[in-house]
Formats: sequence, C-alpha cells, structure tokens
Amino acid sequence: MRKLLAIVIAAGMLLALSVIFAAAEAPKGGTTAPAKASETSENKGNGTTQPASGGQVYYLNFKPEQAMQWEELAKVYTTRTGVPVTVMTAASDTYEDTLRSEMEKAQMPTLFQVNGPVGLRTWRDYCLDLSGTALVEQLKSDEFALRENGQVLGVAYAIETYGLIYRKDLLETYCALPGAVITAPEDIRDFATLKAVAEDIQRRRDEVGVLGAFTSAGMDSSSDWRFKTHLANLPIYYEYKAGDVNVSDAVQGTYLDGYRAVWDLYIHNATCAPTLIGGKTNEDALAEFALGEAVFYQNGTWAYEGLIEAGLEDEQLGMLPIYIGAPGEENQGLCTGSENYWCVNRKASEADISATIAFLEWCITSDEGRDALAHKMGFVTPFRTFGEEYTADNPLQKAAADYLELGKTPVSWSFTTIPSETWKNNVGAALLEYAQGTGDWEAVRTAFVDGWAKEYQAANER
Amino acid sequence: MERFIGKYWPVFVLPTLLAFAIGFLAPFGMGLYLSFCDFTTLSDAVFTGFDNYIRAFSDGGGGFLHSLWFTALFAVLSTATINVFGLSMALLLTRAIRGRDVFRTVLFLPNLIGGIVLGWLWQVIFNGILNPLGLTIVTNEWYGFWGLLLIMLWQQAGYMMIIYISGLSTIPEELSEAAGIDGASAWQTFWHVRLPMLRPSITICTFLTLTNGFKLFDQNLSLTNGMPSGRSELLALNIYNTFYGRSGWEGAGQAKAVVFCLIVVGIALLQLRLTQRGEVEA
Repeated sequence: MRKLLAIVIAAGMLLALSVIFAAAEAPKGGTTAPAKASETSENKGNGTTQPASGGQVYYLNFKPEQAMQWEELAKVYTTRTGVPVTVMTAASDTYEDTLRSEMEKAQMPTLFQVNGPVGLRTWRDYCLDLSGTALVEQLKSDEFALRENGQVLGVAYAIETYGLIYRKDLLETYCALPGAVITAPEDIRDFATLKAVAEDIQRRRDEVGVLGAFTSAGMDSSSDWRFKTHLANLPIYYEYKAGDVNVSDAVQGTYLDGYRAVWDLYIHNATCAPTLIGGKTNEDALAEFALGEAVFYQNGTWAYEGLIEAGLEDEQLGMLPIYIGAPGEENQGLCTGSENYWCVNRKASEADISATIAFLEWCITSDEGRDALAHKMGFVTPFRTFGEEYTADNPLQKAAADYLELGKTPVSWSFTTIPSETWKNNVGAALLEYAQGTGDWEAVRTAFVDGWAKEYQAANER
Repeated sequence: MERFIGKYWPVFVLPTLLAFAIGFLAPFGMGLYLSFCDFTTLSDAVFTGFDNYIRAFSDGGGGFLHSLWFTALFAVLSTATINVFGLSMALLLTRAIRGRDVFRTVLFLPNLIGGIVLGWLWQVIFNGILNPLGLTIVTNEWYGFWGLLLIMLWQQAGYMMIIYISGLSTIPEELSEAAGIDGASAWQTFWHVRLPMLRPSITICTFLTLTNGFKLFDQNLSLTNGMPSGRSELLALNIYNTFYGRSGWEGAGQAKAVVFCLIVVGIALLQLRLTQRGEVEA
C-alpha cells in the first residue's frame, strides 16, 4: 500500500515537474512581460509534412496595425512553398523589449526590424549584410538602405507619411459657417491660419457639432509617441535644415517655441481638458475622430485601416502638414520617411537565413506578396518591383503624393536620429507635466536640449 | 514511516530540487555574474567589474534612489493596512453572523484576478472618479501611490483574512472562556490571549505582504507605468525599465536587481526574526 502511495505521489510530482518545464518553454517572458505580444504560429504542427530543407522564417513584426495581414501572408507562403513562417507581433511600444527577450531564445527571430541608425547601434552585431540580394537591388533609391561601413544592414520596406489627419466633412461644415476664417481646407498653409481655424472651431464647436478642434492628445505611455517623437520631429527637422546637417550630437532647440505653440494649440483646443491627457490613449483619439467629436487628429498613413474599420469613408479623410510657425513653412509638405528597416539575423542558422531572404524576395516580387503589402497593408514601398498597379491608393497616401506634386518639400524623419528612447521618454514626461500644470516649459527645454547632449554622449561612449 | 522516507527521499526531494536549481539557482548565479558585465543579450557579455553598480546609483541612473524610498514607504504602509484590515475581517467573520461564508468568499475573490487586469480595471475606476475634478491617476505620483495602496488592500486583504481565520480557529475556545471568567474584557481577551496565539499567522502574513509590497510590479505597470516622469515607479518597474528600456543599460539594470534582491532578503529575514521572537504555542 505504502509502495503504491509512494509511486502515485512520485508520479504526480514528476507530472507537475514536466508541466513546469512545458510552461517554462511555452510562454514568452513569463510573468515579467505580461501581455506583451500575440503569437501566431502557423506551422508548429505540420513539421512532418515539410520538405527536409530545414530552413524556416520567424518574423518579429513591429507594426500591430498590420499583424493580421502578415499572418495571412505567412500562411499563403507556407501553402505555396512548405517553408514554415512564424509571425509574431510586439504590442504597441514594446518592440525593443520583445526583441531583446526573443533574441535570447534558441529559436530567435530570423527577421526583425530596427528603426534607423539609432536602433541599428543596438543590433548591428545581429544584422546580416544584405548587399547583393534582390531587396537591395530593387531599391528605388539608396537612401532607403541602412548602411554602415559599406554594408547594407537594413532595408526600408514601408515609406510612411504623417501629418494632421482631418475630417473633410467636418472641416467643410466649418468652412460653410458664416464668418469662418477659411473657405476651404486647402487654405491652411501656415501655423497662423491653423491656429486661427482651430481656435475658431473650438469657440464655435456647437455650431460645427464637435467637442473640440483636436482629438485628445493622449499622453498615456502607450501613446505619447505621437508627440514625444513625431511632433518633436518638426523642431529637430528645422534645426537640422538650418544647420544643413543630418544628425547632431547637441541640438540647440532653436525651434522649440514653435513646438510649444503647436502643443499649446493641441491641448487647449481639444475634446478634453489639458489636465486629463495623462489618462488618454491613441485609441481614445481615434474613437473621438471616428465619432466626429473632433476635426483634427495627428497621425499617419498607418492609421488608415483603423479609421476605416471605425466606420469612416475615404471621402471623409484628408491630411494637412503640421505647421509650427517655422520660416518658409508655406512650402512645407507632410512628414515622410521610414523607421521600418528589415534586418536579417546574422546569428540564425544558414538554412534559416536563406529561407528568410527567399521569403522577403517573394514578398516584393510575387503577386500575392505585392498585393498584400501594397493593398492589404497599405504600404508605400521603396522597391522597383511595385509598379502602378501595386501602389497604395488610400486618401492619406494620396495626400502625401498631392503635396509632392504641388512642389512642397516633404519633412524628413529626423526623429530617427534621436539619441535614445530615454530622451523621448523624458521629453514626453515633461510635455505631460507642462500640460497638467505640474511642470513648466523650462523642463521640456531641458529635456530636449540638455537631454540630447547627455543621451548622445551616453549612447556613443560605449 | 521514517524508514519509508529514508528509502524514498530522493523521489520526493529531487524533482523539487531540480526545479529549484533550474528555476532559481541557475538564473540567480547567472544574474549575479551579469551584473558585473556589459551586455545586450546573455550571449555577448563582457566583464566590466563594478561599473554597473556605480551607474545604477548615479544621477543618470533613472531615479533608483527615489524608487527605493518610494517602494519602502509603500511596502510599510501596505503591510500595515492589509494586515489590520485582513485581521479585522477575520475577527468579524469568525463570529456567528449570517452569510459568513458568502462574505469570506467575496472578500477573497479579488485575489483571483491577475495584477495587470486589476491595474487596468482600477485605472478606469480611478480616472472615472478623478476626471470630473480635472485630475487623473497620473496627475502626480501620490495619486498613483494611494491608488496602488488601495488596490493592494483590496486584492490582498482577503487572502490574509483566510490565513488569519485559520489561525484564529486553532485557538482553543477554553482560553478565551477562561479569560472571560477571570474578568477580562473583550479587548483584553483579544490583546492578551488571542493575539499572542496568532503570532505564527502574523509572521506569515507580514512576511507575505512586506515582500509583496517590495516586489510589486504588475499593478504598478498597468495602473501608472511610472507616470508622471517615472516618479510613481516602484523598484521592480524601475529595474525593468532600466534593463529593457535603455539601450546599453542592461548591466546597470541587472546590478539594480542584485541590490534589490539583497534588500528584500535582508528585510524579510529581519522581519521573520522579529515577529518569530514572540511566538507562543498553545
């Protein structure tokens, strides 16, 4: 009896132990990285039916907006070729964390992304030289390749544009009001006009039928990138432009007054009081915009799918440049660039590397791949293989093209040279405190100017 | 029985020991080593001596000292509130009142909700209350602080209550009865008879709440995520943000984690020694 008892207990313990191991194997990050990412493994089960070439692709995707489409595309590729493709998408604003923990694993991502020269600094040891692959050969311009010491370590795959997305229908309603500051949305060509319009809409919000001119400037840490990074790009861009440089080890903050002016405009003419933005998210802003509670929403082309899903029509959407009152801004266009560079993991196995490159080449040359990238994901790509029939044609992309046609200069994405995430976080925190009234603008200036020098030094001394 | 254990002890000890070694000892040793290294991922570590420890405590170290006292204050206050509340509830619910089991269940339930969900849930509730006043949970760090305190009280008091209830039910009725016959008031009976008998439960409960308070992460992450300006960051979140949020600071984050571990172990041992000293057996 005792013997039986002992055997039963021991068996139970071993079972529990195996469960522990299985559990340790399965989830990513465990309890310290809660709800970080959603994993979709397409092929875990059908390994036996695969050809024995052995290579597989594991893509750690940066863009949650396109997670579903990537998963679908992966499935198509696997049915076509039998090569397993796993797509995993990091949750908003957690890409670096997720990448870091995924890289520790035996099955590490074979394909991942860096956000530009600064991101490359962290991961350069993991980046394979892509020279000679179709990815590089097919690039329309060399500026879309991320180079270091003559090697191409990353290739941009999505050119994106952001600005002030506006509700055409609502802005036209406003324009039709007696005494409106402008007669058509196109009349907004500088900061002064934008300010006059926004303040007038805010004053006459009942007549326009909105709660505010701007959507809430959500500064929850999941969403503050719209302001600490994208909006901050404008003063950086103008300073670089004035100094004729592409990168700086110490910015002066010459255009910070413009940054302040536009931030003031955003927070004081919005759907909620400035003291409340600490609890608001980008999702809140999108909902307000879709419900017609606000006219302007600062975001970019990647938001298109979300806006359509929320019930908006193409005709309701337009995009204006973000003006900050800098000299020469009448010729300023939208902010266009890329912070999405594909990198192939050099430390992956030979078979996996060639499988990954083959997958990428398929993505940019096959009909299914091009259709998915251009139409389903709505990317404007920098590859020559994407002809007329594979251009994204949503109104936000069109706005970008229109401004180019008008001869406006696109604002480049200077924010990819921001020295560190810490710089962004500190600027974001100071912006929030300024908005809440618990901090002053001096703190933003300090975080912006002094923080830049400090972070640049810290990032480059090592 | 003894012979039985003597013969089969490896069957009982080894699986657990193995799990402990793999799940705790190995990562701990590795972490200790890494705190003296510069690294991005575990495979490319380079030994750098005490550099990380200096960086962890430096000005640019991301508010480690602020988090340290903020966490200490939080741990002390949450230990006090949770235990006082948990014990009061236990005293109430060991009396013969109607629906006693329902109350016990209801009070225990919050403990079954995960920390992240709890944080989100309460963030919505707090903001719902604060927004009409023009405030949010992140207006300043003290809203987050009191918010966290409330959440932890709500979540953990029920759990501690269960431990106290089981502690109370082991105290023989005769002792209270005898004290009553000797003329002790209800308060005197509680203070001089039942409380001393409860010491083992108190030891367990304070140990759990104190270490939980220091280690708190999930609720902090989802309620405020350290906002504003990282001032509502408790230690665990501070370490996490240093490790994962700053490129090049992985080692400093690891060094903070080692310091953190020493502090928590030290405090826990001290607390155990202090509370165990007065334990009595019936």
